[in-house]
Parts: sequence; structure tokens; C-alpha cells
Amino acid sequence: MRNREFVVETVIRVAGFSAIFFVILIFLFLMREGAPAFWEISPDNFFGERWYPNEDLFGTLPLIMGSLLVTLGAVVIALPLGLATAIFIRELAPDWLREILKPLVEILAGIPSVVLGFLGMVAVSPLVREWLNVPTGLTAFTGSLMLAYMSLPTIISVADDAIDAVPKAHRDGALALGATHWQTIWRVVLPAARSGVIIAVMLGIGRAIGETMAVMMVTGNAARIPSEWNALFFPARTMTATIAAEMGEVAQGSTHYQVLFAIGILLFVVTFVINAIASIVVIRGGPRRGGRLMG
Amino acid sequence: MLLLATLAACGRQQGEAETPEPGAGVGATLENKGSDTMVNLALAWAEAYSQIQTDLQIAVTGGGSGTGIAALINGTVDMANASRQIKPEEVEQARANGIEPVQHTVAGDAIAIVVHPSNPVDGLTIPQLADIYTGRISNWSGVGGEDRPIVLLSRESNSGTHVFFLENVVRQGLEGNDALFSPNTLLMPSSEGISAEVRQNPNAIGYDGLGYVTADQKVVDVALGEGRPYIMPSVETVRDETYPIARGLYIYTAGEPQGAVQAYLDWILSPEGQAIVQELGFVPLQ
Repeated sequence: MRNREFVVETVIRVAGFSAIFFVILIFLFLMREGAPAFWEISPDNFFGERWYPNEDLFGTLPLIMGSLLVTLGAVVIALPLGLATAIFIRELAPDWLREILKPLVEILAGIPSVVLGFLGMVAVSPLVREWLNVPTGLTAFTGSLMLAYMSLPTIISVADDAIDAVPKAHRDGALALGATHWQTIWRVVLPAARSGVIIAVMLGIGRAIGETMAVMMVTGNAARIPSEWNALFFPARTMTATIAAEMGEVAQGSTHYQVLFAIGILLFVVTFVINAIASIVVIRGGPRRGGRLMG
Repeated sequence: MLLLATLAACGRQQGEAETPEPGAGVGATLENKGSDTMVNLALAWAEAYSQIQTDLQIAVTGGGSGTGIAALINGTVDMANASRQIKPEEVEQARANGIEPVQHTVAGDAIAIVVHPSNPVDGLTIPQLADIYTGRISNWSGVGGEDRPIVLLSRESNSGTHVFFLENVVRQGLEGNDALFSPNTLLMPSSEGISAEVRQNPNAIGYDGLGYVTADQKVVDVALGEGRPYIMPSVETVRDETYPIARGLYIYTAGEPQGAVQAYLDWILSPEGQAIVQELGFVPLQ
């Protein structure tokens, strides 16, 4: 009996630690393959404005800015939509509708990104071109739309849980003081759920910045510096799409190969920072919510 | 995206007791990878060949000429399809890995310049194309078209078509010309990406292998220069070498081909194999 207990505990412990172990291994592998790029090519080249690896031009600036542009666009679109949907599902929708909406939102998350990418390429991008009257519909904005759609389920689910976690007493209190339904949601429920909502946004960003396939299919992949005010409506090339499009081609160990891994390191760092911020928000946000409950 | 199609040629393991031919044994598999331009052709060959050689499996994968050659260098494929010739650096890398790449020309191809069917431009010269793709001409009115911005479409840089186009059109085949594609060039991950955009966007210009041009795209005639004849890409104009942007399609093997690989290559070069080339819109060897 005790033996069995020991075995089960060990298995669970190993499984738990393996997650950390694998992340460290992945990071070490990335460093081993990618780090040489940082000293083998000059910083001028690495942070230059031209990405054309066939001619040893490894400027990652257009790629970094492309990723940021597409991701920011996606968040700006997805945040209000996701938040509104979460509020509707939790605070306004009748029970029967909520029971339908919740699982539907989760099904959204299951649509493969290549399907969305194809949809974006053949259906959304022509509309973008016609409605916005831009030269081509394959733009950063089209990518943002697809990414927004993809990060919506994450944002909705997490925000919904956060709103659900706000104690009923808060709402009752607000309503008893004469607040309207809307005032209760906007002034009481949302501020109380703030930390959860921020996590939702962070996870949404994490989902968006790492997404590859759909982005590769709809953003046009032109490695240009988004310098104009309306750069969102021109093509862009993201870090992920670059890795995906070019990794298959390179000879192992070549500079190009190392640079692609170096881009992977940059991505890893960015996602790590986002997750770290989200964790800090959770830790700081937790007790404050409890404190308010007392007051 | 990655056109991955594994052809399992009904490898019924009949006659286990028979001694298999050397190199073409029972249930042998050939790995064939590379050029996306050639992937349909390679698939059609593999399919037809599997009717003849029922116990041979040929796995065909796309990904681009660079991908195929990289795989050959890394020793993971038997045959690499390439729509461009192998580069000297690649030969060096292969030799460093103890592999001697051998080139086999298996078909011919023309690079067709495609635009939206509503585009009034009928012919372009190579210098005009170079100006368009380097960004010097950015409006269709600059080449006698409507007042519309030009949207440049290209294959990804790992594509043999891309490299061929860079050398022979953007750089006009001139030594020491280091012109590059305009940074505004859209790099499409597949031929389908190019045709989808050309089909629906009146601003777009793209290029692709002749076999990939569908009826709903307009093919532009190409001239070597001002005052030279404008030529439509076709089997005839590639054969008589009048069409300016034509090329060979190649299969690379690691060392001189042996056994099953050699038999397969011989069959590809036979009239039967070359008939398939014609069928798919490429140019058969004479």
C-alpha cells in the first residue's frame, strides 16, 4: 500500500518537474543553435532594415516590427469584442443562452489555424482590399483580424471566469445602493475582475504573437519597415512566418539557420516576458480582491 | 501548405521468399523532395510509375528547391527536385557531408508573368519587369496600364523559381548586378497563394511556372528588350528558345544513380515519362 503511494507520488512529481525541465531544455537548444548568430553577424546587420537571407542580409527589424504591428492590431480588435462577449455571457445573457454560447466559444478555439488562414486568403483579403481601397488585401490588418478571431476564445473564457469569480455580494451591494445594471458592471464587477481580465489580454497576446500559419497566409510576408501611420493596411512579415517559411530550406548549421533560431530566441523572450507580467499581475491582484471583499 | 503526399504504391509484400533485386527490393521506398513547381509533376510520375513497379514506394514532398537540395545535403532523400541549378556553396556543403550531387535534366519550363484578366497590359520587356520588381516603377501607368499601384507577388526565397527570377529578370542576367526585389514584394508561401491573389486583385503582378497558370489569370507576353518581339510562353517558344525566361527542371541524386533510382530516372526520361511532362503543362525534352 505504502509502496503504491510512493510510486504514484513519484510519477506525479516527475510529471510536474518535467514541464520545467522541458522548457529549460528547449531554451538551451534554442541558445545552442541560435546564439552564435549574435556574434557571427554584425549587430548592424542583425538589427538592420533589410531581410534577404539569400544575400546574407539578416535585418530582423522589419520582422520584429511586423510581429508587433500584427499582434497589437489583433489585441485592439479582440479586447473590446472579447470583453463585451464575456460580460454578455456572464452578466446579461439568460441562462439558456449562456449554456449555448459558452461551448460555442470553446468550439471557436478548435478551428485549425490553417483553415482560418485559407478563409482569410480567399474570403477576407478581397473584402479588405475593396472596403479599405488599399492596393492589396494581404495586409497586417488582415492578419490582425485573423489573430483577433483566434485569440477571442482565450480572452472570452478567461475574462468570463474572472467575472464569474466576483462575489455576488459585490453586485448585490451595488444594486442595493441604487446603481443601475450597467453601472454595476462597469464600476463594480469589471474593476473587481481586473486582474483576471488583464491575464485574459496577456494570454490573448501570447496566442497572437506565436501564431504562424494563418498569419503567413494572409499578411503578404513582405519584409518592409512599417514606417507610415497607416502601415497596418500594408503587407507585413512576422517573425513566426519567417521561421516557418524558411526553416525547411536552410542547411543545418549555416548562418541563416542560426539566425532563424536567434529569431526563435527573441520570440521566446517576448512570450516569457508576457507570461511573467501575467503571473505578476495574478500574484498582486489576488489579495487585493480579497481585501476589497472585506471593505 | 506543404504539399505533402505520400504515395504508397500498393506494396503488397508478395513473394517474401524471392530474392529481391539489389537496390529495388520488395517494399523499397524512394524519398523524393524539393521544388514546389515540380511537385505535381513528381507526383504524377510517381503515380504512373507505381503502376509499373508495384513493389516500389515513392514518397513525394514539396517545400521548395532549396528544401530539397538541403535534404539531399543532409542525406535524408534519394532524389531532390529542383527548378534551379545547384549553387556552388551547396555543392561544397554536400561534399563536406560526403555526398556528390549529380544533376539530371528531366523537363523544361517557362516562367510565365501573370496579371489580373482585366489588366490591359499585354506585353512587358525584361528591363521593364526588372524596374517593376525592384520598385522603380510602382504604378501600372508607368508601363502603359491604368493608374493603379502595382502589387508585386513572388514566391518565397527558398523557391527555385524565386532564385531563377532574381538572376534572370530582376538582375537581367548581368554579372555583378546586385539588384534585389523591392522590400514591398509579397512573398507567397505557395503557387496557389500567387494565383489566388492574381485572380482577384487587379493591381497584382506575379510569376510562376507555366504548368501552374490557370485560365483565370492573364499571361503577359515577354520581350528581351525594347523593339524585340513579344513572345507568349508555350511549349513551342521554349523549345525554339525564343521565350526569354525559360529554364530546365532538374532532379539531383547523391552520387551516380543506382538500382531503383536509376530505373526510375530512365523511365522519367522515356517517352512515357515525358508524355506526363506535356500533360501537366511543362515542356518535355526532345
